[in-house]
Amino acid sequence: MIKVEHVSKHFGGVHAVNGVSLEVNKGDIVCLIGPSGSGKSTLLRCIHGLETVDDGAVYMDGELMDPADKAKYREQRNRMGFVFQHFNLFPNKTVLDNCTLAQMTVLKRSREEAEKTALEYLDKVGLLDKKDSYPNQLSGGQKQRVAIARALCMNPDMMLFDEPTSALDPEMIKEVLEVMKDLGRQGMTMIVVTHEMGFARHVANRVLFLDQGHLVEEGDSEAFFTNPKSERAKDFLSKVFYDAQ
Amino acid sequence: MWETFLSPDNLTYMLKGAGASLALALGALIFGVMIGVVMAAMKLSKSKVLNVIGSVYVEILRGTPMLLQVLFFYLGVPVLYQMIAGTRLRVDPYVVGLIAMSLNSGAYQTELIRSGIQGVDKGQWEACETLGISYVTMMKEVILPQAFKRIIPPMVSEFITLIKDSSLISCIGAAELLYTAQVLGAKYYNYLDPLIIAGCMYLVMTVTISFIARKIEKRMAVSD
Repeated sequence: MIKVEHVSKHFGGVHAVNGVSLEVNKGDIVCLIGPSGSGKSTLLRCIHGLETVDDGAVYMDGELMDPADKAKYREQRNRMGFVFQHFNLFPNKTVLDNCTLAQMTVLKRSREEAEKTALEYLDKVGLLDKKDSYPNQLSGGQKQRVAIARALCMNPDMMLFDEPTSALDPEMIKEVLEVMKDLGRQGMTMIVVTHEMGFARHVANRVLFLDQGHLVEEGDSEAFFTNPKSERAKDFLSKVFYDAQ
Repeated sequence: MWETFLSPDNLTYMLKGAGASLALALGALIFGVMIGVVMAAMKLSKSKVLNVIGSVYVEILRGTPMLLQVLFFYLGVPVLYQMIAGTRLRVDPYVVGLIAMSLNSGAYQTELIRSGIQGVDKGQWEACETLGISYVTMMKEVILPQAFKRIIPPMVSEFITLIKDSSLISCIGAAELLYTAQVLGAKYYNYLDPLIIAGCMYLVMTVTISFIARKIEKRMAVSD
Protein backbone atom coordinates (compact mmCIF):
# COMPACT_ATOMS: atom_id res chain seq x y z
CA MET A 1 0.00 0.00 0.00
CA ILE A 2 2.80 2.37 0.95
CA LYS A 3 6.31 1.96 -0.30
CA VAL A 4 9.12 4.19 0.88
CA GLU A 5 12.29 4.13 -1.19
CA HIS A 6 15.60 5.46 0.10
CA VAL A 7 13.98 8.46 1.72
CA SER A 8 16.29 11.05 3.23
CA LYS A 9 15.54 14.26 5.03
CA HIS A 10 17.92 16.71 6.59
CA PHE A 11 17.42 19.85 8.59
CA GLY A 12 20.46 22.04 8.09
CA GLY A 13 23.39 19.73 8.63
CA VAL A 14 21.43 17.13 10.57
CA HIS A 15 20.43 13.97 8.76
CA ALA A 16 17.09 13.24 10.40
CA VAL A 17 16.25 10.37 8.04
CA ASN A 18 18.97 8.68 6.08
CA GLY A 19 18.06 6.50 3.11
CA VAL A 20 15.22 4.56 4.70
CA SER A 21 13.15 2.08 2.69
CA LEU A 22 10.09 0.26 3.90
CA GLU A 23 6.90 -1.27 2.72
CA VAL A 24 3.50 -1.35 4.38
CA ASN A 25 0.81 -3.67 3.10
CA LYS A 26 -2.91 -3.44 3.51
CA GLY A 27 -3.94 -4.40 7.02
CA ASP A 28 -0.44 -4.07 8.43
CA ILE A 29 0.14 -2.51 11.79
CA VAL A 30 3.68 -1.24 11.74
CA CYS A 31 5.37 0.39 14.71
CA LEU A 32 8.33 2.70 14.28
CA ILE A 33 10.42 2.66 17.41
CA GLY A 34 13.79 3.98 18.45
CA PRO A 35 15.43 6.52 20.71
CA SER A 36 14.49 10.20 20.62
CA GLY A 37 15.96 11.91 17.60
CA SER A 38 16.19 8.67 15.66
CA GLY A 39 14.09 10.14 12.86
CA LYS A 40 10.96 8.06 13.31
CA SER A 41 8.59 11.04 13.53
CA THR A 42 10.29 12.74 10.61
CA LEU A 43 9.95 9.57 8.57
CA LEU A 44 6.22 9.39 9.36
CA ARG A 45 5.81 13.07 8.42
CA CYS A 46 7.66 12.42 5.15
CA ILE A 47 5.24 9.61 4.34
CA HIS A 48 2.29 11.94 4.77
CA GLY A 49 4.02 14.85 3.09
CA LEU A 50 4.08 17.14 6.11
CA GLU A 51 7.81 17.25 5.41
CA THR A 52 9.19 17.40 1.93
CA VAL A 53 11.50 14.57 1.01
CA ASP A 54 15.06 15.63 0.15
CA ASP A 55 15.94 12.38 -1.53
CA GLY A 56 14.09 9.18 -2.42
CA ALA A 57 10.39 8.71 -3.00
CA VAL A 58 7.14 7.54 -1.47
CA TYR A 59 4.71 5.41 -3.48
CA MET A 60 1.07 4.73 -2.75
CA ASP A 61 -0.36 1.64 -4.42
CA GLY A 62 2.58 1.69 -6.79
CA GLU A 63 2.06 5.30 -7.79
CA LEU A 64 4.58 8.00 -6.98
CA MET A 65 3.43 10.63 -4.51
CA ASP A 66 4.57 13.75 -6.29
CA PRO A 67 3.87 17.20 -4.78
CA ALA A 68 4.15 18.71 -8.25
CA ASP A 69 1.09 16.75 -9.41
CA LYS A 70 -1.15 18.73 -7.10
CA ALA A 71 -4.61 17.23 -7.66
CA LYS A 72 -3.40 13.65 -7.47
CA TYR A 73 -1.07 14.35 -4.55
CA ARG A 74 -3.98 15.85 -2.65
CA GLU A 75 -6.12 12.82 -3.32
CA GLN A 76 -3.33 10.49 -2.21
CA ARG A 77 -2.75 12.42 0.97
CA ASN A 78 -6.46 12.48 1.76
CA ARG A 79 -6.39 8.69 1.90
CA MET A 80 -4.21 8.89 4.99
CA GLY A 81 -5.41 10.00 8.40
CA PHE A 82 -2.88 11.59 10.73
CA VAL A 83 -2.92 11.76 14.51
CA PHE A 84 -0.54 14.13 16.26
CA GLN A 85 1.22 13.95 19.58
CA HIS A 86 -0.40 17.22 20.65
CA PHE A 87 -3.86 16.41 19.23
CA ASN A 88 -4.18 19.70 17.34
CA LEU A 89 -7.94 19.89 17.78
CA PHE A 90 -9.48 23.20 16.77
CA PRO A 91 -10.04 25.00 20.10
CA ASN A 92 -12.61 27.38 18.61
CA LYS A 93 -14.89 24.52 17.57
CA THR A 94 -16.91 21.97 19.47
CA VAL A 95 -15.97 18.32 19.32
CA LEU A 96 -18.72 17.71 16.78
CA ASP A 97 -17.66 20.67 14.61
CA ASN A 98 -14.06 19.47 14.78
CA CYS A 99 -15.26 16.25 13.20
CA THR A 100 -17.55 17.78 10.57
CA LEU A 101 -15.50 20.72 9.20
CA ALA A 102 -13.33 18.74 6.82
CA GLN A 103 -16.15 16.38 5.88
CA MET A 104 -18.31 19.27 4.74
CA THR A 105 -15.63 21.38 3.08
CA VAL A 106 -13.37 18.69 1.62
CA LEU A 107 -15.69 15.75 0.99
CA LYS A 108 -18.67 18.10 0.35
CA ARG A 109 -20.95 16.09 2.60
CA SER A 110 -24.15 17.70 3.82
CA ARG A 111 -24.26 18.75 7.46
CA GLU A 112 -26.66 15.91 8.32
CA GLU A 113 -24.47 13.34 6.65
CA ALA A 114 -21.29 14.75 8.23
CA GLU A 115 -22.86 14.80 11.67
CA LYS A 116 -24.13 11.27 11.29
CA THR A 117 -20.64 10.06 10.39
CA ALA A 118 -19.08 12.13 13.20
CA LEU A 119 -21.47 10.75 15.82
CA GLU A 120 -20.80 7.24 14.62
CA TYR A 121 -17.05 7.63 15.13
CA LEU A 122 -17.41 9.58 18.37
CA ASP A 123 -19.47 6.69 19.63
CA LYS A 124 -16.75 4.32 18.52
CA VAL A 125 -14.15 6.16 20.62
CA GLY A 126 -16.62 6.41 23.51
CA LEU A 127 -17.13 10.17 23.49
CA LEU A 128 -20.65 10.61 22.18
CA ASP A 129 -21.62 12.53 25.33
CA LYS A 130 -18.84 15.08 24.70
CA LYS A 131 -20.01 16.11 21.26
CA ASP A 132 -20.95 19.64 22.34
CA SER A 133 -17.88 20.22 24.51
CA TYR A 134 -14.95 22.36 23.49
CA PRO A 135 -11.52 20.70 23.36
CA ASN A 136 -10.28 22.64 26.39
CA GLN A 137 -12.96 20.98 28.49
CA LEU A 138 -11.57 17.51 27.74
CA SER A 139 -8.78 15.48 29.28
CA GLY A 140 -5.73 14.63 27.20
CA GLY A 141 -6.93 11.11 26.55
CA GLN A 142 -10.33 12.37 25.46
CA LYS A 143 -8.74 14.94 23.17
CA GLN A 144 -6.66 12.29 21.49
CA ARG A 145 -9.69 10.05 21.01
CA VAL A 146 -11.54 12.96 19.41
CA ALA A 147 -8.52 13.53 17.16
CA ILE A 148 -8.68 9.89 16.10
CA ALA A 149 -12.42 10.13 15.44
CA ARG A 150 -11.88 13.34 13.44
CA ALA A 151 -9.33 11.60 11.23
CA LEU A 152 -11.56 8.54 10.80
CA CYS A 153 -14.49 10.70 9.67
CA MET A 154 -12.57 11.28 6.44
CA ASN A 155 -12.70 7.52 5.77
CA PRO A 156 -8.95 7.09 5.28
CA ASP A 157 -7.48 3.85 3.97
CA MET A 158 -4.71 4.06 6.50
CA MET A 159 -3.87 5.88 9.70
CA LEU A 160 -0.57 7.41 10.75
CA PHE A 161 0.03 8.02 14.44
CA ASP A 162 2.85 10.28 15.61
CA GLU A 163 3.55 9.43 19.25
CA PRO A 164 -0.15 9.54 20.08
CA THR A 165 0.31 8.87 23.79
CA SER A 166 3.53 10.76 24.52
CA ALA A 167 1.78 13.91 25.70
CA LEU A 168 -0.69 12.08 27.93
CA ASP A 169 -0.83 11.53 31.65
CA PRO A 170 0.01 7.88 32.38
CA GLU A 171 -3.55 6.91 33.31
CA MET A 172 -4.87 8.22 29.98
CA ILE A 173 -2.58 6.16 27.79
CA LYS A 174 -4.57 2.95 27.94
CA GLU A 175 -7.85 4.43 26.68
CA VAL A 176 -6.11 5.73 23.58
CA LEU A 177 -4.20 2.52 22.92
CA GLU A 178 -7.43 0.53 23.30
CA VAL A 179 -9.07 2.62 20.59
CA MET A 180 -6.07 2.05 18.34
CA LYS A 181 -6.07 -1.66 19.07
CA ASP A 182 -9.75 -1.92 18.12
CA LEU A 183 -9.04 -0.02 14.95
CA GLY A 184 -6.31 -2.50 14.09
CA ARG A 185 -8.62 -5.43 14.78
CA GLN A 186 -11.06 -4.03 12.28
CA GLY A 187 -8.38 -4.19 9.64
CA MET A 188 -7.16 -0.60 9.49
CA THR A 189 -3.68 -0.22 8.08
CA MET A 190 -1.61 1.69 10.60
CA ILE A 191 1.85 3.15 10.98
CA VAL A 192 2.53 4.11 14.56
CA VAL A 193 5.48 5.99 15.98
CA THR A 194 5.49 5.05 19.62
CA HIS A 195 7.40 4.55 22.82
CA GLU A 196 4.75 2.11 24.06
CA MET A 197 6.65 -1.13 23.77
CA GLY A 198 3.71 -3.19 24.99
CA PHE A 199 1.63 -1.88 22.10
CA ALA A 200 4.43 -2.47 19.60
CA ARG A 201 4.91 -6.00 20.83
CA HIS A 202 1.33 -7.17 21.13
CA VAL A 203 -0.68 -5.13 18.66
CA ALA A 204 1.76 -4.45 15.84
CA ASN A 205 2.64 -7.23 13.47
CA ARG A 206 5.86 -5.59 12.38
CA VAL A 207 8.41 -3.38 14.09
CA LEU A 208 10.93 -1.07 12.51
CA PHE A 209 13.78 0.05 14.72
CA LEU A 210 15.46 3.31 13.76
CA ASP A 211 18.57 4.92 15.12
CA GLN A 212 20.20 8.16 13.99
CA GLY A 213 18.11 8.28 10.86
CA HIS A 214 18.94 4.74 9.76
CA LEU A 215 16.64 1.77 9.65
CA VAL A 216 18.65 -0.57 11.84
CA GLU A 217 16.37 -3.54 12.19
CA GLU A 218 13.03 -4.65 10.87
CA GLY A 219 11.02 -7.70 11.72
CA ASP A 220 8.07 -9.52 13.10
CA SER A 221 7.23 -7.78 16.37
CA GLU A 222 7.33 -10.81 18.65
CA ALA A 223 10.62 -11.94 17.18
CA PHE A 224 12.08 -8.46 17.49
CA PHE A 225 11.28 -8.21 21.17
CA THR A 226 12.29 -11.73 22.15
CA ASN A 227 15.36 -11.95 19.98
CA PRO A 228 16.67 -8.68 18.55
CA LYS A 229 19.45 -9.20 16.05
CA SER A 230 21.38 -5.95 16.13
CA GLU A 231 23.48 -4.82 19.09
CA ARG A 232 21.87 -1.38 18.91
CA ALA A 233 18.38 -2.82 19.28
CA LYS A 234 19.46 -5.10 22.13
CA ASP A 235 20.96 -2.13 23.89
CA PHE A 236 17.81 -0.03 23.32
CA LEU A 237 15.47 -2.72 24.56
CA SER A 238 17.58 -3.38 27.64
CA LYS A 239 17.22 0.31 28.49
CA VAL A 240 13.51 0.78 27.86
CA PHE A 241 12.45 -2.24 29.85
CA TYR A 242 13.22 -1.32 33.40
CA ASP A 243 14.50 -4.28 35.29
CA ALA A 244 14.88 -3.72 39.00
CA GLN A 245 17.33 -6.55 39.46
CA MET B 1 -17.72 81.27 32.18
CA TRP B 2 -18.60 77.54 32.31
CA GLU B 3 -22.23 78.35 31.56
CA THR B 4 -21.20 79.80 28.23
CA PHE B 5 -19.56 76.59 27.08
CA LEU B 6 -22.17 74.35 28.59
CA SER B 7 -25.00 76.22 26.91
CA PRO B 8 -27.11 73.88 24.74
CA ASP B 9 -25.76 75.32 21.50
CA ASN B 10 -22.09 75.12 22.39
CA LEU B 11 -22.39 71.77 24.10
CA THR B 12 -24.21 70.32 21.11
CA TYR B 13 -21.49 71.72 18.87
CA MET B 14 -18.77 69.98 20.86
CA LEU B 15 -20.76 66.75 21.16
CA LYS B 16 -21.10 66.74 17.40
CA GLY B 17 -17.33 67.16 17.26
CA ALA B 18 -16.93 64.21 19.60
CA GLY B 19 -19.28 62.21 17.36
CA ALA B 20 -17.13 63.11 14.36
CA SER B 21 -13.99 62.00 16.20
CA LEU B 22 -15.62 58.71 17.14
CA ALA B 23 -16.90 58.18 13.60
CA LEU B 24 -13.48 58.91 12.11
CA ALA B 25 -11.79 56.53 14.55
CA LEU B 26 -14.34 53.79 13.98
CA GLY B 27 -14.14 54.19 10.20
CA ALA B 28 -10.35 54.12 10.28
CA LEU B 29 -10.43 51.04 12.51
CA ILE B 30 -12.72 49.17 10.13
CA PHE B 31 -10.90 50.17 6.93
CA GLY B 32 -7.65 49.57 8.79
CA VAL B 33 -8.68 45.98 9.55
CA MET B 34 -9.44 45.40 5.87
CA ILE B 35 -6.12 46.88 4.79
CA GLY B 36 -4.41 45.00 7.60
CA VAL B 37 -5.80 41.61 6.58
CA VAL B 38 -4.72 42.10 2.96
CA MET B 39 -1.28 43.45 3.86
CA ALA B 40 -0.73 40.76 6.50
CA ALA B 41 -1.62 38.14 3.88
CA MET B 42 0.95 39.75 1.56
CA LYS B 43 3.63 39.76 4.23
CA LEU B 44 2.94 36.11 5.03
CA SER B 45 2.71 34.95 1.42
CA LYS B 46 5.48 33.03 -0.29
CA SER B 47 5.81 35.66 -3.02
CA LYS B 48 8.86 37.88 -2.53
CA VAL B 49 7.20 40.73 -4.45
CA LEU B 50 4.15 40.73 -2.18
CA ASN B 51 6.40 40.54 0.89
CA VAL B 52 8.23 43.66 -0.25
CA ILE B 53 5.02 45.57 -1.02
CA GLY B 54 3.66 44.73 2.43
CA SER B 55 6.88 45.66 4.20
CA VAL B 56 7.38 48.94 2.34
CA TYR B 57 3.81 49.99 3.11
CA VAL B 58 4.18 49.22 6.80
CA GLU B 59 7.59 50.90 7.11
CA ILE B 60 6.56 54.11 5.36
CA LEU B 61 3.29 54.55 7.23
CA ARG B 62 4.75 53.68 10.60
CA GLY B 63 8.03 55.49 10.04
CA THR B 64 6.65 58.94 9.22
CA PRO B 65 4.57 61.28 11.41
CA MET B 66 0.83 60.91 11.03
CA LEU B 67 0.46 64.69 10.88
CA LEU B 68 2.70 64.69 7.83
CA GLN B 69 0.58 61.97 6.24
CA VAL B 70 -2.60 63.95 6.87
CA LEU B 71 -1.08 67.09 5.35
CA PHE B 72 0.32 65.09 2.45
CA PHE B 73 -3.11 63.80 1.51
CA TYR B 74 -4.80 67.16 2.05
CA LEU B 75 -2.24 69.51 0.55
CA GLY B 76 0.17 67.31 -1.37
CA VAL B 77 -2.09 64.94 -3.27
CA PRO B 78 -4.18 67.71 -4.92
CA VAL B 79 -0.95 69.18 -6.31
CA LEU B 80 0.06 65.79 -7.60
CA TYR B 81 -3.39 65.37 -9.11
CA GLN B 82 -3.17 68.72 -10.86
CA MET B 83 0.23 67.81 -12.28
CA ILE B 84 -1.12 64.58 -13.72
CA ALA B 85 -4.73 65.36 -14.59
CA GLY B 86 -4.40 69.07 -15.19
CA THR B 87 -7.56 69.87 -13.26
CA ARG B 88 -8.02 70.88 -9.67
CA LEU B 89 -9.09 68.28 -7.17
CA ARG B 90 -11.51 69.41 -4.49
CA VAL B 91 -10.93 67.46 -1.32
CA ASP B 92 -13.17 67.11 1.67
CA PRO B 93 -11.25 67.24 4.98
CA TYR B 94 -13.33 64.44 6.50
CA VAL B 95 -12.73 62.12 3.56
CA VAL B 96 -9.03 62.95 3.44
CA GLY B 97 -8.81 62.53 7.20
CA LEU B 98 -10.48 59.16 7.03
CA ILE B 99 -8.22 57.99 4.21
CA ALA B 100 -5.07 59.12 5.99
CA MET B 101 -6.12 57.60 9.29
CA SER B 102 -7.19 54.33 7.66
CA LEU B 103 -3.90 53.97 5.82
CA ASN B 104 -1.94 54.81 8.94
CA SER B 105 -3.94 52.46 11.14
CA GLY B 106 -3.79 49.79 8.44
CA ALA B 107 -0.01 49.71 8.80
CA TYR B 108 -0.20 49.13 12.54
CA GLN B 109 -2.98 46.59 12.14
CA THR B 110 -1.00 44.73 9.49
CA GLU B 111 1.58 43.98 12.12
CA LEU B 112 -1.06 43.12 14.75
CA ILE B 113 -2.82 40.71 12.43
CA ARG B 114 0.38 39.20 11.11
CA SER B 115 1.71 38.45 14.56
CA GLY B 116 -1.75 37.21 15.60
CA ILE B 117 -1.80 34.76 12.70
CA GLN B 118 1.76 33.65 13.29
CA GLY B 119 0.98 33.19 16.96
CA VAL B 120 -1.55 30.46 16.18
CA ASP B 121 0.02 27.09 16.95
CA LYS B 122 1.72 25.49 13.97
CA GLY B 123 -0.13 22.28 14.81
CA GLN B 124 -3.38 23.93 13.73
CA TRP B 125 -2.02 24.48 10.22
CA GLU B 126 -0.75 20.91 10.10
CA ALA B 127 -4.05 19.49 11.32
CA CYS B 128 -5.82 21.30 8.48
CA GLU B 129 -3.21 20.05 6.04
CA THR B 130 -3.68 16.42 7.07
CA LEU B 131 -7.46 16.76 6.81
CA GLY B 132 -7.13 18.17 3.29
CA ILE B 133 -8.75 21.49 4.27
CA SER B 134 -8.15 24.23 1.72
CA TYR B 135 -6.18 27.38 2.53
CA VAL B 136 -9.21 29.67 2.43
CA THR B 137 -11.33 27.40 4.65
CA MET B 138 -8.44 26.97 7.04
CA MET B 139 -7.97 30.73 7.36
CA LYS B 140 -11.68 31.42 7.71
CA GLU B 141 -12.66 28.60 10.05
CA VAL B 142 -9.56 27.84 12.04
CA ILE B 143 -6.69 30.32 11.92
CA LEU B 144 -8.35 33.76 11.80
CA PRO B 145 -10.91 33.06 14.55
CA GLN B 146 -8.05 32.05 16.83
CA ALA B 147 -5.84 34.90 15.67
CA PHE B 148 -8.56 37.52 16.16
CA LYS B 149 -9.13 36.39 19.69
CA ARG B 150 -5.51 37.21 20.43
CA ILE B 151 -5.70 40.43 18.43
CA ILE B 152 -8.69 41.94 20.23
CA PRO B 153 -6.82 43.49 23.19
CA PRO B 154 -4.21 45.29 21.02
CA MET B 155 -6.98 46.19 18.57
CA VAL B 156 -8.85 47.97 21.36
CA SER B 157 -5.77 50.03 22.22
CA GLU B 158 -5.47 50.79 18.51
CA PHE B 159 -9.05 52.09 18.56
CA ILE B 160 -8.28 54.29 21.56
CA THR B 161 -5.16 55.59 19.82
CA LEU B 162 -7.27 56.38 16.77
CA ILE B 163 -9.77 58.39 18.83
CA LYS B 164 -6.91 60.47 20.18
CA ASP B 165 -5.13 60.73 16.83
CA SER B 166 -8.31 61.91 15.14
CA SER B 167 -7.49 65.25 16.78
CA LEU B 168 -4.74 65.63 14.16
CA ILE B 169 -7.46 66.03 11.54
CA SER B 170 -8.31 69.38 13.16
CA CYS B 171 -5.33 70.86 11.35
CA ILE B 172 -7.06 70.45 8.00
CA GLY B 173 -10.33 71.89 9.25
CA ALA B 174 -12.51 68.87 9.88
CA ALA B 175 -14.82 69.73 12.75
CA GLU B 176 -13.86 66.94 15.08
CA LEU B 177 -13.74 67.37 18.85
CA LEU B 178 -10.47 69.28 19.24
CA TYR B 179 -11.37 71.55 16.34
CA THR B 180 -14.69 72.48 17.96
CA ALA B 181 -12.86 73.26 21.20
CA GLN B 182 -10.49 75.55 19.34
CA VAL B 183 -13.34 77.29 17.54
CA LEU B 184 -15.17 77.98 20.79
CA GLY B 185 -11.94 79.05 22.44
CA ALA B 186 -11.32 81.58 19.71
CA LYS B 187 -14.90 82.76 19.80
CA TYR B 188 -14.90 83.57 23.53
CA TYR B 189 -11.19 84.34 23.95
CA ASN B 190 -10.95 81.53 26.45
CA TYR B 191 -9.26 78.27 25.56
CA LEU B 192 -9.05 76.81 29.05
CA ASP B 193 -12.64 75.70 29.53
CA PRO B 194 -13.30 74.24 26.07
CA LEU B 195 -10.01 72.33 26.18
CA ILE B 196 -10.92 70.87 29.55
CA ILE B 197 -14.38 69.93 28.28
CA ALA B 198 -12.87 68.35 25.16
CA GLY B 199 -10.39 66.47 27.34
CA CYS B 200 -13.24 65.12 29.46
CA MET B 201 -15.12 64.01 26.37
CA TYR B 202 -12.04 62.19 25.04
CA LEU B 203 -11.66 60.53 28.43
CA VAL B 204 -15.28 59.41 28.55
CA MET B 205 -14.87 57.78 25.14
CA THR B 206 -11.55 56.07 25.84
CA VAL B 207 -12.39 54.90 29.34
CA THR B 208 -15.75 53.53 28.22
CA ILE B 209 -14.11 51.59 25.41
CA SER B 210 -11.49 50.09 27.72
CA PHE B 211 -14.24 49.13 30.12
CA ILE B 212 -16.33 47.40 27.45
CA ALA B 213 -13.22 45.71 26.08
CA ARG B 214 -12.39 44.24 29.48
CA LYS B 215 -15.93 42.87 29.76
CA ILE B 216 -15.68 41.25 26.33
CA GLU B 217 -12.30 39.76 27.13
CA LYS B 218 -13.62 38.23 30.33
CA ARG B 219 -16.57 36.71 28.53
CA MET B 220 -14.32 35.27 25.83
CA ALA B 221 -11.99 33.80 28.42
CA VAL B 222 -14.94 31.89 29.86
CA SER B 223 -15.89 30.35 26.50
CA ASP B 224 -12.39 28.94 26.13
